[in-house]
Amino acid sequence: MTEQPVALKVLNGLSALLVAAALWMVVFYAPLEAVMGLVQKVFYFHVANAWVGMLGFIAAAFAGIAYLATKDVKWDIVGVAAVEISLVFFFIAIATGSIWAYPVWNTWWTWDPRLTTAAVLEMIYLAYLLLRQGIEDPDRRARFGAVYTLLGGLSVPLTFMSIRLFRTIHPVVVGGGNGGEGGFSMTPAMLNTMFFSIFVFSVVFITLFWHRVRLGRLAQRVEELKLKAMD
Amino acid sequence: MKKWSRPVKDFLRATRAVAWKDLAAELRSRELLSAMLVFALLVILIFNFALELDVKTRRSVTSGVLWATFIFAGTLGLNRSMAVEKDRGCLDGLLLAPVDRAAIYFGKAISNLVFMLIVEMIVLPIYSVLYNVSLFEPRLLGVILLGSVGYTAVGTLLAAMSVQTRTRDVLLPILLFPVVIPVAIAAVKASGGILQAWPMEDIMPWINLLLVYDVIFISVAFMVFDYVVEE
Repeated sequence: MTEQPVALKVLNGLSALLVAAALWMVVFYAPLEAVMGLVQKVFYFHVANAWVGMLGFIAAAFAGIAYLATKDVKWDIVGVAAVEISLVFFFIAIATGSIWAYPVWNTWWTWDPRLTTAAVLEMIYLAYLLLRQGIEDPDRRARFGAVYTLLGGLSVPLTFMSIRLFRTIHPVVVGGGNGGEGGFSMTPAMLNTMFFSIFVFSVVFITLFWHRVRLGRLAQRVEELKLKAMD
Repeated sequence: MKKWSRPVKDFLRATRAVAWKDLAAELRSRELLSAMLVFALLVILIFNFALELDVKTRRSVTSGVLWATFIFAGTLGLNRSMAVEKDRGCLDGLLLAPVDRAAIYFGKAISNLVFMLIVEMIVLPIYSVLYNVSLFEPRLLGVILLGSVGYTAVGTLLAAMSVQTRTRDVLLPILLFPVVIPVAIAAVKASGGILQAWPMEDIMPWINLLLVYDVIFISVAFMVFDYVVEE
């Protein structure tokens, strides 16, 4: 268990290569957008990061349900891993989004459904981590964490819907008729770059996820050994 | 009542007993209600100076000020009602009682709701007098009831969780606020709409959202409360 499995080592290298390839595609392959210019290039990684954040969010909610149903510690470790990764990637998505929004919307931030939902998600994740920090008993920590991710998983879609009742300005670039403010139609090269970025970040997500779950398992073993040493 | 089966009757009796215990204790001490009430009035006082509640802005911000007040005062009550159980070891006693644990949850939630409604019913006329706006509109009272139900349903569950952590009362608002954002948005919008005499079809979506939230979160809390109090 101390040595990284071969498949994981392969994934490490593959992720690095893929990210480099995606960067190359964003910079050299994708054409310059006519109206927005260079700043539009942030869009590819922005979408990919938000996608990974979503993956983590869904994984966390399901891990919560699985833990409550089975009481298997494995699901608790999966849940924490998903939350931590999702927290970071949503933060990157928010930061890249702001970089894009400032020249295009003329503001760093607006209370649009997606932006607000992303911000609320970050708050829920931080609350989740604070909650776990305040509990020593590992069993209770896992139970409370699972209940809280479940509550968050139900509340966040409602938050999204409730803000959607206001008007939105966030562009729906993929499969949406409404362009929003700063929407644009993509050329095939742009589409390729975007889908490739999403694929790349999915691989990065799997790699990080694997590392984090492995770390969780090791931490659990350390805790067990400590308890044994104290007896 | 007669045609209900025996388990249902037992459940209702247990719920009523837990709720009545809290209400009777409060009736004698009046610790919690007076603290919530004074706190609510202080929040309004602060808003008065923070927002310059003059005649023109008053119309649009009244619902926001009211709900912020209710939400802050509500946290105080939720925290206290669970802390009392924990401190004097009452929670363990309650859990030992041979009743369904969901009955304990519903009993606590009902007493919390009653406290919140009492505070709201005192704050509303005071606000009406202070700012010369009539808040006695049956639909507004309905929205306040729906919003308070959703707030206490989640709040009671999370208070039961936060009271068992190291950080205790500090943690409750951090856990609660991001999860009740849909309630806050829908309740503020619906009350604001009613106060500004919007047509009913513009208000209905918000009321529906409140209903959906209440139903979902009451059922989820009912299902997961066992995991929260389990030893």
